[in-house]
Amino acid sequence: MELNILLLFMIFSAIVAVQLEDLLSSVIAVGAVGLGLSLAFLVLKAPDLAITQLVVEILCLIILIRATIKKDLPFSTSGRWVFNTMSTLAFIAVFLFFAYFALRELPRFGAPIMRVAQEYVTNGLKKTGATNLVAAIILDYRGYDTLGEATILFTAVIGVLAVIRKIGRIKNERV
Amino acid sequence: MKESEPGMTLIVKTITRLTVGLILLFGIYIVLHGHLTPGGGFAGGVIIALSFVHLMLAFGRELALKKISQARASIIESLGALMFLFIAVLGFSGGYFFFNFFVNKGRPFHLFSAGIIPLCNIAISLKVGAGLFAIFAALILFRSNGKEE
Repeated sequence: MELNILLLFMIFSAIVAVQLEDLLSSVIAVGAVGLGLSLAFLVLKAPDLAITQLVVEILCLIILIRATIKKDLPFSTSGRWVFNTMSTLAFIAVFLFFAYFALRELPRFGAPIMRVAQEYVTNGLKKTGATNLVAAIILDYRGYDTLGEATILFTAVIGVLAVIRKIGRIKNERV
Repeated sequence: MKESEPGMTLIVKTITRLTVGLILLFGIYIVLHGHLTPGGGFAGGVIIALSFVHLMLAFGRELALKKISQARASIIESLGALMFLFIAVLGFSGGYFFFNFFVNKGRPFHLFSAGIIPLCNIAISLKVGAGLFAIFAALILFRSNGKEE
């Protein structure tokens, strides 16, 4: 019940974020979507994800607000809107058609198939000694996945620092 | 208050002076207790980065960059990544990559338990926190540089 209300709130905020013309208000509406997602994780009993989502959402919100403040980009509505709307509706219809067959095969919500997870839940505490089973899985059983995630973040930071670095940038007038 | 002082107003600065240490302490708590309670290296690292971002927003970039410069943040981030890899490679002493090589895992619900998991949490928190702070500092410096030109 709470989950459905949260999902409706998130969909509403997302639509508001797309439709608003003021960029700063739109960023704040995106932040409302993220905070709703954090609450949804909490309702689904995943506090680890809720904390991470909340904290990352706040950081992203600060960066986005710093980036968009006092920069009111004009919103262009001209162009082939009939064609755009029609193609969007067509793609949504195709997606729903295939999603119907794909989602029918999934296990029911709240009734997962405990094939691999059963081993973690029963033996996780004894084998790793960590009482937070999420930490035991992401850092012990699935260490490779965490290494991949860390590499992704490392590459992203290197990329950002390489693109907008201060040293070695060529000034405009010299070119 | 002088007009030339960087940062926000006196109210924001006073509140920041009171809260920023608590935020940093909470981030360290989340990291160190990652194997006992919800949280972990990623969330704790972002909270640590947020405390420095908070400092930078309230007091201006000079003071925050004096605490940790952008180059030092990059070095800390690389050290975190290398530490994580080093812990993973140390697992070969027990047989395979990412092996939890502590024989005595300690008692559950105690701070010193769970073998390599707290060490991995600390490494990831250093990496994530310093990396995100470096990105934020780079964006701020990029904006201010663009204004001068």
